[in-house]
Amino acid sequence: MLTKRIIACLDMDGGRVVKGVRFKNLRDAGDPAECAAAHARSGADEIVLLDITATSGNRNTLLEAVRSTAHSLFVPFTVGGGIRQLDDAAAVFDAGADKIAINSAAVREPALIGAIAGRFGSQAVVVAIDARSTGDRFEVYISGGRVPTGRDAVDWAREATACGAGEILLTSMDRDGTQSGFDCELVRAVAEAVSIPVIASGGAGSARDFIEVFREGRADAALAASIFHFGLENIGELKSELSDAGIPVRWPC
Amino acid sequence: MIAIVDYGAGNLNSVKKAFDHLGAEILVTDQPQTLATADKIVFPGVGHFSSLRTLDRSGMAKALLHAASTGKPLLGICLGMQWLFEGSEECNDISGAGIFPGKCRQFPSSVKSPHVGWNSVAAKEGSRLLRGVAQNSFVYYTHSFHAPLVTETTAATEYGLQFSGAVERGNIFGVQFHPEKSGDVGLSILKNFCEL
Repeated sequence: MLTKRIIACLDMDGGRVVKGVRFKNLRDAGDPAECAAAHARSGADEIVLLDITATSGNRNTLLEAVRSTAHSLFVPFTVGGGIRQLDDAAAVFDAGADKIAINSAAVREPALIGAIAGRFGSQAVVVAIDARSTGDRFEVYISGGRVPTGRDAVDWAREATACGAGEILLTSMDRDGTQSGFDCELVRAVAEAVSIPVIASGGAGSARDFIEVFREGRADAALAASIFHFGLENIGELKSELSDAGIPVRWPC
Repeated sequence: MIAIVDYGAGNLNSVKKAFDHLGAEILVTDQPQTLATADKIVFPGVGHFSSLRTLDRSGMAKALLHAASTGKPLLGICLGMQWLFEGSEECNDISGAGIFPGKCRQFPSSVKSPHVGWNSVAAKEGSRLLRGVAQNSFVYYTHSFHAPLVTETTAATEYGLQFSGAVERGNIFGVQFHPEKSGDVGLSILKNFCEL
């Protein structure tokens, strides 16, 4: 049976993982390769590395981090942040990513999705959508959530799918970082509208939240960053709870 | 030396990296004549069945079939395994190798396509490639077309229907999943191939 995926996300700034890693040894705290390996060992089904600053100046830092992280990681590895053209994607794949995530660039130029998919396959293209509720619908934001686009998230997810996206990484800006649960309404609206897998993101706080987003939100996968870093949820323990609740997961693994 | 066939589509880094990790001597090649000097051959595939058109043009298809006929172990991964069958609905005007019978088809409309994620495999006893893989181990899949169950199926996976997750006949092996992305289970399968 196809399992629901638990994805660990590493937010990276200047070559270091920035969200609340509480290793005592500061020298090693937040090294992306070490964090990724630790998450994979504890049962993460995939690793996502997001370069949250993604200015053109630190591309080499990102590529170096991708290279070292990919080196001994044998689960799927997605990299996002600052990918604006086919060449950027090619460099990230060359450094060892299995998939790339594109967000703002895809909204500005939807043809980029097809261009990357055409060369590397749809399975390698994740379209990341940041959305916020307007009351009666969900609006797409770009540029790290700073710029509203006026676009409807469900419509954009459909278009991205038609352009050749392999997966949608859907982040609720309303829930991001709150640990108050995923936005199941948003996730379900998108999951029911597209034929490709939807990864829910934003709001993970407890095992119950994951159960809800898989059941009510119809998510195919769920992503979390801070809770895994803070150690609130060990991925193994989370999977064991999900399994007990009847959610199919890769556990033990 | 294990030759990894590069036919100009997709990303071979992960496959290369996994064999590197296992300490295997590998050579990524797009030259058909290189296969003659290889001890084993890995044919990874990603993308659309139509990308296999270049195999015929370059002479790689012929070289793969010849190498296979000499008894060299050949492992097709994902699209590489689909090529071992007669063809695929994804691109009807390109023939596969026909080493295994039947055509690759789309998933039924009752399930989302592509099939992406970790699914379990029920491995048959006696498979050389899957030696030591526990029942219902999880492996990582990402594909839109599937190969049928055949008598040479060594692992079946369920997704809307039962399909071939792995096939094996003599020196010819195929896996629809990505062993290079399937954690320790996947690495153990690649290690088995190295040790054939």
